[in-house]
Order: sequence, then C-alpha cells, then structure tokens
Amino acid sequence: MNTVSESMPEPVVARRRWHLSLIWLVPAVAALVGISMLVHAWLAVGPEISISFHTAAGLEAGKTPVKYKDVTVGMVSGIRLSEDGSKVVVTVSLDAAAENLARVDTRFWVVRPRIGTRGVSGVDTLLSGAYIGVDRGSSQEVSRSFIGLETPPSVYGGAPGRSFALRAEDLGSLDIGSPVYFRRVQVGHVVSYQLDEGGENVRLQIFIDAPHDRLVSSNTRFWNASGVDVSLGADGFRLRTQSIATLVSGGIAFATPEHDPGGPVPENTPFTLAADQTAAMAPPDGPAQYLRMYFDLPLRGLSLGAPVLFSGIDVGKVVSTNLDYDPATRRFRTTVGITVYPHRLEGVLKYFKRSDIDPRTQIAHFLAEMVEHGLRGQVRSANLLTGQLYVSIEHVPNAPKVAFDESAHPLTMPTASGSLDRLEEEIAGIVAKINQIPFASIGKNLDAALAHLDVTLRNVDSSLRRVDETLAQLKDARLVPEAVEVLRQAQQAFGSAQRTLDTVDGALADDSPLRGDLGRALREVERAARSLRALTDLLGRHPESLLRGRPEDPPSDMERER
Amino acid sequence: MSTGLLAGPRVIACPVCSLVCEDTLGEAEGRAGVRCPRCGAALHRRRPGGVERAFALLLAALILYVPANVLPVMHTSLFGRGGDSTILSGIIDFWRGGSRGIALIIFIASVAVPCTKFLVLGLLLATARRRSRWARRERAGLYRLVEWIGYWSMLDVVVVAVVSAIVKFQALSDVEPRIGILFFGAVVILTMLSAMSFDPRLIWDGK
Repeated sequence: MNTVSESMPEPVVARRRWHLSLIWLVPAVAALVGISMLVHAWLAVGPEISISFHTAAGLEAGKTPVKYKDVTVGMVSGIRLSEDGSKVVVTVSLDAAAENLARVDTRFWVVRPRIGTRGVSGVDTLLSGAYIGVDRGSSQEVSRSFIGLETPPSVYGGAPGRSFALRAEDLGSLDIGSPVYFRRVQVGHVVSYQLDEGGENVRLQIFIDAPHDRLVSSNTRFWNASGVDVSLGADGFRLRTQSIATLVSGGIAFATPEHDPGGPVPENTPFTLAADQTAAMAPPDGPAQYLRMYFDLPLRGLSLGAPVLFSGIDVGKVVSTNLDYDPATRRFRTTVGITVYPHRLEGVLKYFKRSDIDPRTQIAHFLAEMVEHGLRGQVRSANLLTGQLYVSIEHVPNAPKVAFDESAHPLTMPTASGSLDRLEEEIAGIVAKINQIPFASIGKNLDAALAHLDVTLRNVDSSLRRVDETLAQLKDARLVPEAVEVLRQAQQAFGSAQRTLDTVDGALADDSPLRGDLGRALREVERAARSLRALTDLLGRHPESLLRGRPEDPPSDMERER
Repeated sequence: MSTGLLAGPRVIACPVCSLVCEDTLGEAEGRAGVRCPRCGAALHRRRPGGVERAFALLLAALILYVPANVLPVMHTSLFGRGGDSTILSGIIDFWRGGSRGIALIIFIASVAVPCTKFLVLGLLLATARRRSRWARRERAGLYRLVEWIGYWSMLDVVVVAVVSAIVKFQALSDVEPRIGILFFGAVVILTMLSAMSFDPRLIWDGK
C-alpha cells in the first residue's frame, strides 16, 4: 500500500477560473423565452365584451369566431342567459388588435345561411357554422356591452355613398334591403324604416351608393316602384314595373325632372315618397285652399276624394260631404267641402297676381271676380253606369247674380243646378213618353192579326195539298199511243240522218277522189285568178286598151327574146 | 471521506488518459484544479459541476414546461371551422369524446412522464447534494427508470409532426403545429440532458 502511494506522482494544484458555470445561462434563456411568450400571449388578449341576442342558434363557446371584414378578431368565450331569461348574452374575447372595434355604435350580428326574396347569403356558413359579424362604429366612445342585430345590416360603416330620409304615407311592400332604382339600375337600398312619433307617416332611410348619390338633387322625386302599374289610356294598354324583383319585394325609384334639375343636397336631406311615378313627377301642389259649396239636390255617388275640375283641369278634390238644414227654406241641403290647389292654376293665376296682398285675400278677390262673371260649382256625373259624381267649377252662362262674401271663412262657392238635374229631367221625360205608348191596345191588335194570319195560312196549306194531289194523278196517267208512234218515227229519221253524215264524212276523207278533183279545180281557179289580175293590171295602166286594143308597147324582155 | 466498499488507498483515474494516480484532491474538489501528471487533464472524482448542470437543465425544462402547456400545440380545422388546442384541452376533449384510451396515452406521455422526470430528477439531485444515505438502492432504480422513460417522452411531438404531415386536405380538414409543441420538445430534450448530466455514482457518495 505504501509503496504504491510513494511511487504515485503528486497531482499539480491549479486555480479554477470560473466559479459560476455557464450552464446557468440555459434556464435563464428558457425563463426569458417562456416569460416573453406568456407576456405576448397575455398582451394578445383584448377586451372581453358581451353581446345580447334573441337566440344563440349556431353559436358555440370556444368555437364560434368573431369576424370583421372576414378576419377573425375574436372568439366566443361563453354563452349564458340574461338575468330575466329573455335574451342570450354572448361573451366574446376580442384580440388585442381588435380592441378599437368595441365602440358604442359598433354593430354585431350572427351570420347564418339566409334565403330571402333578394337572394341567398351566408352559404359558406352552412359548412363552417355560424359566426358573429362585426361592423365597426364611428364613435370614439368605447363600450363593453352591445345589443346584437337579428339581421345583418344592409349598409356597412364606411361604405361610400350617402343616405337620405324619405317620408311615405305607408310602407307598402318595402322592407329593409329593398332596392332603389335610377333608370332601372339599382343604385341603393332601404336601410331602415320607422313610424314617426305621431304615427302619421313612415320615415324611411335609404342609402345610395357612390357615385350614384350625386344623382340625388334638391328637386329629385322619389316614388314607390313596388308592384305593377297597369294603365289603359288613349295610347293603349301599358304595363310598368321596375324589375321582377320589385314585384315580389318592392322597391323605390327616383328621377329628377330634366327641365329643373335642382342643386346638390347634403346627406340625410328629407324627401317625400310618392305613391307612383305620375304623382311623383307632378309639380308640387303647394298650399291647399278650402272652399265650401251648398247643393240642394241629394249627392249620392259623390265620394270623398272625387276630383274637382276647373275647365276640365283637375285642381283639387272633395274632402267632405255633410247634410245641412236651411231654416229659411226648411229644406235639407248638402254641404260639400273641397280643397283646391291654386298652384295647379299657375298659368292662370299669374294674370291676377298682386304682390301687395296676402295669398288668401288674393284668392278671394279672384273668386269674387270670377263669380261675378258666372263661375259656379256644379255636380256632374262621371260615369252613368256607376253613378259616380264629380265637382265641376265652370262658367255658367246667364247665371243669376249671387253675392260673394270675400271675408267669409271658409269661402263659400255659389253653385248652379248642373247638368245632373237636367239629365234626370230628360230621362224622366223619356220615361213619360215611353209610358204613353199604348202597349195594351198594340198587343190586342197584334193578337187579332195573328189570328187572321193563322186562318190564311191554314187555307194556303189546304190549297197546296190539292196541288200535290193533282201532280200525283198526272204521274199515274198513261202516255197516249200517238206519242209513242211519233217517237219511233223520230228515231228512224235520226238513223237516216246518221247515214247521210257518214257518206259526207267518207267523201271528205284524205284519199277520196272527190278531194283530188277539188284540189285540181282549185288550182284551175287560182290560174284563172292570176290571168284576171294581169288583165286588171293592164287595164289599170292602159284603160284605153278596152277601146283601142293592146297598145304597141316596147316589147318586153320575154317578147324580145321571142 | 468515503466509507465506500473499498477502504484501501485513495486513487483516482485520469478521465482522458486513464493514468491512475494518488487521490490528493482531499476536500478541495471543485475549488483547486488538480491535473494529470501525464496529459495535464483536470482530475476529478465526479464530473465537476454535474449536479449543478443537471439542476440548471432541470430548472430550464421546468420553466419551459409552463408555456408548453399554456400555449396551443396544434391547430385543427374541419370544414373551415377549427381552433387551437393545448395539451390539456386535447386530453379533455378526447376524454369527453369517449376516446378514453387515447386520452390516457396522451396524458401519460405529456403530463405524467415529464412530471415524473421532474420529480425524480429533483429528488435525486436534492439527495445527491445533501449526500443523503437514504434509500440508495431505490434511488438508483429511479435513475434507471428516468433514463428508460426518456425514450418515450417525445411521443407528443411525434404525434403532432405525423398528423400535421398527413392531414392536409385544404379546405376540408387541416392540421398545423403551433408554438407550444416546440416548447414541449425543448422540455423533453432538456430533461434528457439533465438526466445525462447526473452522475449516478453521486447516489452512493452519501456521508
């Protein structure tokens, strides 16, 4: 043992330089990387927001993404019922990058497959499942709880274009998303609608896509283009519609009168939605003037809204018909209230326009002057079959003078018994005349005449029967023997005639001697005719030869040769 | 110092040239450098800093095990709809989905095994540091166990790699690895290195 230890060499002692091993860098780096990853993951988690929906159909916690412009910006982290159980509150954890999406006016909705009259949307979600769509709001205020839309919004924030407000009498068949047409090109759609506070009108919000929004000017007219407009006019049958889609789902069309385009308008300018194109393009009616008329005759058939015509031009409508009692005459009379739109008579009224008095007095003056010259209200029949009446304001010739109170309120228009009364009188006269016709005696005479005719016909019948009998007797009677004899002789005569004709036929045949003789005889005749012509020629040239004989002509060539 | 089986003369072998020389290290090991007289290599009874290195690597593995579990390891999408899944969420999904066998395998491979390694290595390192004489045979057995299960720790990483390579049906179905699996792989490698750095003779160095 000792020898071994003695022979063993002593190790050299040296100082160590490193006290801390480099190996500790490994956990340090690991910690750094791990912490940085966790910090990154923690920072990537954005705010948690809650959205309430009516139903959570298709939504699933941890699976349903939230997408903005088709980019996933968050995930549904929880679904629970609201405290009163009426809604579903969906908790969504947004990514940190999408933190600025959570603004007060940001809208959320569930994208599901939808099939409607205006097409199919969200087909991709059939396979991938529903997701929550986001449309970022423009407000600077941040919110953490939202109320989700039940249907996708029809306009996304930041879409180029402008929205306008429309006021309509009723909604018709319009709906959110209904198209807006300009020259039958779809340029926008209905964004929203609501009743106004009093429930008197429907306020529609429409959005016109850029660059078509500049087509809307201050004088633009909007009308409801839903359904079909069928009209039968002097130019024939006409059917008008914007597109097949509007037949089903309705739509709005607009146009600007070319003669008066108007100026540009700011966003959200209010317009009126007319019922149809004609009403929309008609010039604005302006303020209405109420007039009252008294009629002494019953006015069955004069309905509210019946037209008021002035010289054949529609200037207003009937707004009321009431029964009134006139204590002076102790008779009932009908009060008819009409509204007249003086603007429709712009062309006429400009001759009576005076700037120094207010419009109402001006109208009173105008009416007073016209009444003075015989302007009266009348009720006329528009349709004899249905009995519809209309009010006509016309000049009645030789109308009795009446007083017109310019200061009365409302103004009362004097009336004249119109053609309606006269028509009734005429019809009554016709009926009276018809009554005077002695239908009873006519019938009686006719009856007697018919009896005579019957007797006559019976006589004719018996006469005819007798003629018939005579004819039958004639048929039965035998032919006399003389007649038979005559017929036989006639037959013989025909037989000999036949034979004679046969002989003639044989004589005229091609190879008959008669025909050869005839040919020769004809040639002789021809020759004789030629000699005769030579003689006449000679006589023509030398008529004297008849007396003097043949002249001593220089001998012809033939003679000289001879 | 050591009351090991050999009570004879203290000798030490050079780790490089295997020259056996007298052990004069005394209690100075780790502070003063003792070199081989023939080749000049530093002499040591145990690998210097072995416990420290094993401890550092174990600590690093332990740190990385947190992001490996928190961050998603795999992204699966089916018909355009999908999501990230972490190791634990995957286990829970499989368990709830009825595939309890698969859930159990994943649990053992990615939770039980790493945790066992952490515990065992931690125990071994702690007792080695304190030179405890407690249950030395059992601790040696534990060390062999740690070495053996080290082979199977990469099961998760392999599954993710194979699945993301095979399941590529574009819109229909797609699987992609996520950053978490990288951390998990690093955990496995670091624990294996830690186990390698640990000198099992330290178990028997108890006072």
